Amino acid sequence: MPKITFALPDGKERTCSANEGLSLMEVALQNALPGIIAECNGSAACATCHVIVEDALAAMLDPISEHENDMLEFTAAARQPGSRLSCQIRVDDRLDGAIVRIPAEA
Amino acid sequence: MPRRIVIVGAGQAGLAAAAKLRQAGFAGSITMLGDEGLMPYQRPPLSKAYLLGKLEADRLSYRNEEFYRHEEIEVAPGEAAVEIDRAAGEVVTTLRRISYDHLVLATGARPIELPAPMAAGISNIFYLRNRADADRLRPSLKQGARLLVVGGGYVGLEVAAAARQAGASVTLVEMAPRILNRVAAEPTAAYFRNLHSAKGVEIREGTGLTELTVDGARVTASLADGSRHSADAVVVGIGVRPNASLAMQAGLAVEGGIVVDAFGRTTDPHIWAAGDCTTFEYDGEMIRIESVPHAIDQAEHVARNVLGAGRAYRPRPWFWSDQFDTKLQIAGLNRGYDRVQSAGGPAESSMTISYFLGERLLAVDCLNDARSFMQAKRQLGL
Repeated sequence: MPKITFALPDGKERTCSANEGLSLMEVALQNALPGIIAECNGSAACATCHVIVEDALAAMLDPISEHENDMLEFTAAARQPGSRLSCQIRVDDRLDGAIVRIPAEA
Repeated sequence: MPRRIVIVGAGQAGLAAAAKLRQAGFAGSITMLGDEGLMPYQRPPLSKAYLLGKLEADRLSYRNEEFYRHEEIEVAPGEAAVEIDRAAGEVVTTLRRISYDHLVLATGARPIELPAPMAAGISNIFYLRNRADADRLRPSLKQGARLLVVGGGYVGLEVAAAARQAGASVTLVEMAPRILNRVAAEPTAAYFRNLHSAKGVEIREGTGLTELTVDGARVTASLADGSRHSADAVVVGIGVRPNASLAMQAGLAVEGGIVVDAFGRTTDPHIWAAGDCTTFEYDGEMIRIESVPHAIDQAEHVARNVLGAGRAYRPRPWFWSDQFDTKLQIAGLNRGYDRVQSAGGPAESSMTISYFLGERLLAVDCLNDARSFMQAKRQLGL
């Protein structure tokens, strides 16, 4: 089971075991991580599950859809390189050991 | 400081209230009562991905068991509340009496049903509100099956889209002059009419259902225009009614929903309500909003206010719908509009429909246009 470390808005870290097949957003919700609201439950409709992944992981993940790309332009915390909607990232081996940052709201 | 909080309802609003109470530092007991025998789960996919079998039951849950254990939220998913004893400060359930210092009603809404005489003795009529409803309906969505959808609102259209994608032949009937009559302007309706027609859904507007007759496994629907349609299953999506009977029996104010003030408080200072079951003042009118983000937001306000925050809730209404490959995102409430304006968008399938009252922008329907949606949301202060 991949282990993913979330860097939380308050500077703390939480390492979570994640079931493959879940979205990163679901993992965050299951672990009650602050900063992931997910108002639309993973429909990529709200941009309240914004995370920032490291460059190496960003390059490995499936490409960002045009829809997600547009949503990312309007996240509460400003978009950065590595910004993603966590509902659009499926957990698999590639995420084992990853550090995913949950930004503080602007 | 309250010590015991009971939440009636284990849906989106109930869970949001419970989670926020803990996040806000509440250390007392939280008991959440449900009546479906299921831990809190998401309803929106029931008419979309779940119905199509693209999302399995365990993925519908918002949280795993560890979450409830860790947060010390007692969930009694099959222990329905049957009465509120306000004098004693107790909720009477099917099994026991539970004391509360504060009570949160998050009872949701239920589908409006066909008139009893019309539906009598017909087993293949389906509604869609609960997971059990979706589980019952799912086997009917298959290649070669014939489905009749009654009601051209968002749920009806979503079910029609899912059924068509599953290979069923689908007819949708709407009694009003057009689909989405109550919730959207003609350009939005036209978009969906065209989309569904192109995908092979037969849409009949301006004609109501007058009679259903059953012949073996088949239902035959007679319509007001004189036509008859034979179907294997009839799905009815003609709106919902708030579940307000507990509140009403307890003597709380109910006017087409449980009346709450800006803080989410009912007419009893120890009883609060959130989500689909509530009605509240908005721009001088009493309204009810059927929306997931609203349910979460209002419930979170209630949680904070139970703990004394005194924060007024101003709805940030927005909605979404997925049909075939089209994503609709709606920002704002269009009630009272006197003018609409349509515009194209980045893709051929994109369109935005803006609703105005005079010069004031009220709402925007965005079809395959996330950018316009997020801009509208920002512009409307949502």
